[in-house]
Amino acid sequence: MIKAILIFNNHGKPRLSKFYEHYNEDTEQQIIRETFHLVSKRDENVCNFLEGGMLIGGSDYKLIYRHYATLYFVFCVDSSESELGILDLIQVFVETLDKCFENVCELDLIFHVDKVHHILAEMVMGGMVLETNMNEIITQVDTQNKMEKSELFSFQSTRQDR
Amino acid sequence: MLGYDVSWAAFNIVEVMSSSKFTYKRIGYLAASQCFHESTDVIMLTTNQIRKDLSSPNQYDTGVALTGLSCFVTPDLARDLANDIMTLMSHTKPYIRKKAVLIMYKVFLKYPESLRPAFPRLKEKLEDPDPGVQSAAVNVICELARRNPKNYLSLAPLFFKLMTSSTNNWVLIKIIKLFGALTPLEPRLGKKLIEPLTNLIHSTSAMSLLYECVNTVIAVLISLSSGMPNHSASIQLCVQKLRILIEDSDQNLKYLGLLAMSKILKTHPKSVQSHKDLILQCLDDKDESIRLRALDLLYGMVSKKNLMEIVKKLMLHVDKAEGTTYRDELLTKIIDICSQSNYQYITNFEWYISILVELTRLEGTRHGHLIASQMLDVAIRVKAIRAFAVAQMATLLDNAHLLTGNTQRNGICEVLYAAAWICGEFSEHLENPMQTLEAMLRPKVATLPGHIQAVYVQNSAKLFATVLKSQEGDTDGTTAQEASQLMIDRLPLFVQSANLEVQERASCILQLVKYIQKLQQKDVEVAEEVCALFAGELNPVAPKAQKKVPVPEGLDLDAWINEPPSESESEDEQPKAIFAKEEPKHSRSRHTEVDEKELARRREARKQEQANNPFYIKASPSSQKVYQETPGVEHIPVVQIDLSVPLKVPGLPMSDQYVKLEEERRQKARAEKKKKEKKKRKEKRSGRGKKHDSGPESEEDIAPAHMVDIVTEEMPENALPSDDDERDPADPHKALDIDLDNLVESAGRRPLADSEKLPVRSHRAVEVQKSPVEDGERENAASQEPKKKSSKEKKEKKKDKDRDRKKSKEEKKKKKHKHEEKEEDLLGDQTDEPVVQSEETSEVAAPPTSTSAEVSDLDFWLSNAPLPSNTQEVATAVASAAEAAPEPGAPSVMAPDSEPDEPKDTEMEEPKSSKHKKKKQKKEKEDKEKKKKKKHHHHHHHSDEGGEESVQNGTVEEEEEPLPPMSNYCLLAENTYIKMMMEDADEVYDIQGNLQDGSQVVVSVIFENKCDSFLKSMEFNVLDSLNSKLQRPEGSGPHDGLVVPFQLPPGVSNEARFVFTVQSIVMPQKLKGTLTFIVKNEDSSTHEKLDFKLHFTCTSYLITTPCYSDAFAKLLESGDLKSSSLRLEGVNMPFHHLLARICFHHHFSVVERIDSCASMYSRSIQGHHVCLLVKTSGQTVSVDAKCDEPTLLGNVLDEIKQTFSQC
Repeated sequence: MIKAILIFNNHGKPRLSKFYEHYNEDTEQQIIRETFHLVSKRDENVCNFLEGGMLIGGSDYKLIYRHYATLYFVFCVDSSESELGILDLIQVFVETLDKCFENVCELDLIFHVDKVHHILAEMVMGGMVLETNMNEIITQVDTQNKMEKSELFSFQSTRQDR
Repeated sequence: MLGYDVSWAAFNIVEVMSSSKFTYKRIGYLAASQCFHESTDVIMLTTNQIRKDLSSPNQYDTGVALTGLSCFVTPDLARDLANDIMTLMSHTKPYIRKKAVLIMYKVFLKYPESLRPAFPRLKEKLEDPDPGVQSAAVNVICELARRNPKNYLSLAPLFFKLMTSSTNNWVLIKIIKLFGALTPLEPRLGKKLIEPLTNLIHSTSAMSLLYECVNTVIAVLISLSSGMPNHSASIQLCVQKLRILIEDSDQNLKYLGLLAMSKILKTHPKSVQSHKDLILQCLDDKDESIRLRALDLLYGMVSKKNLMEIVKKLMLHVDKAEGTTYRDELLTKIIDICSQSNYQYITNFEWYISILVELTRLEGTRHGHLIASQMLDVAIRVKAIRAFAVAQMATLLDNAHLLTGNTQRNGICEVLYAAAWICGEFSEHLENPMQTLEAMLRPKVATLPGHIQAVYVQNSAKLFATVLKSQEGDTDGTTAQEASQLMIDRLPLFVQSANLEVQERASCILQLVKYIQKLQQKDVEVAEEVCALFAGELNPVAPKAQKKVPVPEGLDLDAWINEPPSESESEDEQPKAIFAKEEPKHSRSRHTEVDEKELARRREARKQEQANNPFYIKASPSSQKVYQETPGVEHIPVVQIDLSVPLKVPGLPMSDQYVKLEEERRQKARAEKKKKEKKKRKEKRSGRGKKHDSGPESEEDIAPAHMVDIVTEEMPENALPSDDDERDPADPHKALDIDLDNLVESAGRRPLADSEKLPVRSHRAVEVQKSPVEDGERENAASQEPKKKSSKEKKEKKKDKDRDRKKSKEEKKKKKHKHEEKEEDLLGDQTDEPVVQSEETSEVAAPPTSTSAEVSDLDFWLSNAPLPSNTQEVATAVASAAEAAPEPGAPSVMAPDSEPDEPKDTEMEEPKSSKHKKKKQKKEKEDKEKKKKKKHHHHHHHSDEGGEESVQNGTVEEEEEPLPPMSNYCLLAENTYIKMMMEDADEVYDIQGNLQDGSQVVVSVIFENKCDSFLKSMEFNVLDSLNSKLQRPEGSGPHDGLVVPFQLPPGVSNEARFVFTVQSIVMPQKLKGTLTFIVKNEDSSTHEKLDFKLHFTCTSYLITTPCYSDAFAKLLESGDLKSSSLRLEGVNMPFHHLLARICFHHHFSVVERIDSCASMYSRSIQGHHVCLLVKTSGQTVSVDAKCDEPTLLGNVLDEIKQTFSQC
C-alpha cells in the first residue's frame, strides 16, 4: 500500500500532497516538513530509499523518492510494495506529466493542481497501484479532458443562443 | 487540502459532486477525496449521489466516483454500496472493472462482512482477459493475504499458474511477494517454487523482479529449514546475486542487496559471513541508509572471535561520524551487538566495560540511559567484573565534570546514575571509598537532574557505611569521623533541593549521620548496624516478571474496596489522599524483608539453572590471574593516531589496551595448548592429532578471561508460562481474518449463509411468481448439494428440469434487468435504505461455487504435480472430482444473476422483520380481497423509507408505531384484459448532457394481464401537448406509438417506463393516451384498445433534496420567496405519519422537527426551492409555504390538501 504521495520543491514548498489515510492538517504539514528535512539533506548520488520518518507509519514504512530539477517526488509505502517498482512508478508518473503538460515544470504543477491529481488518480487509487502503462493512463486522462472541453463548448454555445 | 482545513466547505463540495456536468463532478469528487474522512458528517448525504454515479451510463462518471470513494469510504458507505461495487466488478468496460476490483479492498477493510460474498467474484477477476483488471485483483488479494496468509493458501495453484504464464512484471512482483508470505505456512509450496524462481532469477533482466525473486527464495529457504538437498546451491545463488547487487554502482541496488542479505543472515549466517569484507566496506559508504543497513548486517556476523575487531572498527566510525543520528545509531548497534543473546560473544568483560566508558565520551548522544543500563546490567550480572567495574566507575565519578559539560540537555549524564549506583552498591570493592565519597558529594552534583542526585545521595550513604566498616579496626578512628563530618557538611545542600526525592533522602540520611556522629564521639561501634541497613543482594528481575505474577484467587481488581464516594465529597477528600499516599514509603527497604531461607533457596535454584545453562562458562582458574598480574599501563600503545580523542583523560581505560591484552592472552593460551598437545604427541606418537595445530583457532578454543557469572533474571514463583504476543486489537485487518476456503473449494462446506449476503437495494423484480412447489424444489436442491453423490441420478433429472426453468427465467430477468438498473439509479434520489418485502426473500441463491482447476485440493496440487508448469494435468486430475459434483456450472452461472436479485438487507434486524411480516400478511389479505390475481410487489419499503429519510436529514423520527403502508401506484385504466397502473411520475431527474432547459419525467407503468390469453404487440401512445411530449426513438413521427418491449402471458405483470419531456412545470398536466394490443387465444387473436389519462401532478416535478437547517435559514432570509399558506381541518393522524406522508407523496425532506412543528424542503427539477413549515394542534394542521414560483406553490399546496382529504 502507498500511504502518501508528496511533491515539494527544493525549498520544501508542497506542490501536491495526497494522503491515503486521514491525518489532521497539522500532522500533514508536519509530515511534509519532516519528509522534506529528511530528503533535502541527502546528496544526489545516494540511494533513493529512506527509513520512514517517525510520523508516518513507523518501521514498516519507507520513503521512496526521486529528485527532478526543482521538485522532489516522494512516495511513502509499506513493505508490500516493491522498492524498485515504486521507483519505476515515479518515473512513469513524471513522464506522464511531461507528456500531458508538454515539458512539465514546477509552474504547471502550481497552476494545474487538479490535473495533476487527475493523472495521479489514474495511476494510484486509494493507495494501490491502478495502472502502470503510460499510454493507457494518457488515453484515459485525455478522454476525460475532452469530455470537459465539450461540456465547456456546449455551455458556451447555449449561452450564445440566448 | 494542501495543508489547510477546508471542512467548512464540506457541504458545498457535496453540492458540486452532485452536479450533472462531468467537469464539476470531477472537481467535486477530487475535493472530497482530499478533505473528507470518516468523521466528516456530510458524507452520509453522499450515499445516493455516489450510487447514482456508480450506475451512470458514462464510464468516467463511475470512474470518478470510484476514485473519490476509495479515499473517503466509511463503514456506512461500504455497507450501503458494497453490492453496487460488486456488480461493477463485472462491468463491460475494463476501466471500470479494475477500479471496482481495487476499491473492494477498501470496502473489505471498512465492512469485513462483505469479504465472503465478494470473494468468488474477486477470484474470477484473477483470470480476467484485461491485464489491468488482473493486476488489480492480484493487488487486492496480495494485500488481503499479507495480513492473513493462511486463508489464501488455497489460491496458490492459481497464482502459480499466473506466475508461470504472466509477463507483466508488476503482477509477477506482487505474486512473488505473496508467495513469500505464503511459504512459511506450507513448506511444500516452497519446494515447488524454488525451481521456477531460480529460472526467473537466471532469465530476468529486470532488477526489481530479480530482487523480489531472491527475496522470496530466501523466504522459502527459511521455511524449509535445511531439509533440501540442493538447498545450499540456492543460497549460494542468492548470495552471489546479492553480492552483484551490492557491488553495483547504483546505490539503490546496493541498499536493497544489503537489505536482502540481512534476511539470509537470520538463518544462514555462515554464508553471509564470507562477505564480511564487502559489508565492512559498505560501512564507509557516504550514504547513511547504506551504512545503517550494513550495521544491521554486522549484528548477525559477529562471533567470539571477531567481536573485538568489529567493535574496534565501529568505534573508529563513531569518532568519525558527523551526524548525531548516525552516531547514536552506531552506539546502539555496538551495544546491541555486544549484548545480544545474553552477552554470548563477549569473552572479556573488562574490555566491554572499557568500551562502555569510552562511549560515554561521545558528545550530545541521546543514549546515555542505554549505556547506563548496560553498565548496571553487566555489573550486576557478571560478578567477577564488579571490582573492575567499580574502579572504572569511581574514575568516572571523579571526572564527572567532563560529562556534565553542558548539563541538563546532555543525555550522557545518565551514565553517572549507573556509576553512582555501582560504586555504592559494590563499595566493598573500592580501593579508596573516601575519595569517591568526596567526589559524590561535590557541590556541582546539585546541577544534575533530580533522579541522579537522589541516587548520589542514597549511595553516598552506602559508601559511608563502607568507610565506617573499613575503619572499624583502627584505633584512632579519625577517618571515620572525617567521613561523618564530610557528610554533615555536604548533605544540607541536598536537603534544600527542589526535588522531593532528593530532599527526603538527604534529610533522612543527614539525621542518621548526625546520630552516628554522636555515637562515634562516645566511641560506640556502629559500623555493623549501619552496614545492616544496606545488606542483602539485589538480583535482576526479568522484564516480564510483573506480567507473569498469577492473580491470586478471589482478587477482583475492578471491584470497589469501599463504597464509591459521592461526587460532591471527592473535592474535599483530595488533599487527604495526597498525605495518605506518602505513608507507605516507610516500607521501602525491601531487601531486608526477604528472609534468609528464601534467599538461600533461590541461590540454590539459580546455581542449578546455571549448571544447565550453556552460556554459563566455567573459567580455567589460571585465566583470571593473567589480568591481575599485568599492570595495564605498560601495554598502552604509544602511537595510536586513529583513536586519539581530544579529551583524553588519564586513568580512563582504553579499550584497545584490552584488545591487545586479550590477544596476548589468547596467544598464551594457544601456546599452552600447543605445549600440551606436544606433550600428548610425545606421549602417544600416534600422529592422529596432527591436523589440529595448523587450523585456525576454533570458537571453542577461546576461553573467557573471566569467570563469567551471568546471573539469570528472576521470575516470580508460579509464573504463567504463556507467551502473549497478541495482535493489536485495533488492527483493521484482524476483522478480515475470514475463512474463505469453503467458498473456494468444491462442495460448499459452509455456503454463504443468508445473513452473510450483501445488503441489496430493493429490486422491483416484476417477476413471475414461482409456485411454492417450485420453490420448495429448488430449496431442496440447494440443501442437498452436499450430499450430491448419493442422490446423483435423481439429481440429474431434476437438474435438467431446473436448468430449463432457470434458463427461461434468466432470459426474462435479463430483459428486466436493464429496466431495473435504470430505475434504480433514478430511485437513488428517493430511496435511502429500502427494506425489501417480497416473496423472493425465501429464495436461496445457490452458493457461488467455481468449477475450474482451483477447486482442486491444495494438498493434491502440492504433493502430486511433478512439474511446475502443468496445471493442465491438475485440471484433468480434478475432473474426476468435478464429475462427482453434478454440474457445478449451473449454480455458478446462476449466481451472478440471482445474487443481485436477492432481496437482502442486513439492516432489517430480527425484531423488525416480525413486524414486517405481520404487516405483509395483512396487506396480502387486503390485496386478495381486492384483486385475486394481483401479484406484483407492494412497495412496503416506502413506508420505512419515509422514516429513514427524515432521520437521515437530521430530524427526529423516533421508533413510534409503524407507519401505515403507502403506495404511490395509482390505477390508470383497466378493462377485462389488462390493467394499467401508473406510478406517480416521481422519478424525475435532470437530463444529463446538453439539454439545458428541458427536463425529463420518467413514468413507470405496470401492465398486468388479467385474462387467460396471451397479450402481445402492445403499443403505448400519448397525445402530446405543447408542454409535455413523449420521448420517441429517433426517426419516428410525433404520433407514432411506442412498442412495449415485452409480452404478457396470462396472469403476469410487468413494468415499462416511458420518458416525457416537460417544458413548464408550474402547472399540473393531463395527457390522453391509448394502449393497443393483440389478445391471442389458442384459436383466435383480436386487436384491443384501452384509453387512459396520464396525470402529472406538480409534486411529481419535485425531487427530494436534503437540506441543512442553516442553509434553509439562509434561503428563507434571502427574501426571494413568495409565501402562501394552507389550513387542513380534521386531520386525524400522528404528526410523524403526517410528515412521512408529505415526504413520501410530495417528495419533501424534513429539515428540522421540533415537537409538533417541522420545516421541510424540496426542490423542483428546474431548481425552484419549496419550503414548508408544518404545524399541528389537535386536528388542525397549518402549512405555511414559501417558493420562488407562486403558481407552482399553489398547485403543490392544492395537491397536499387533496392527499389529506382522501384519507
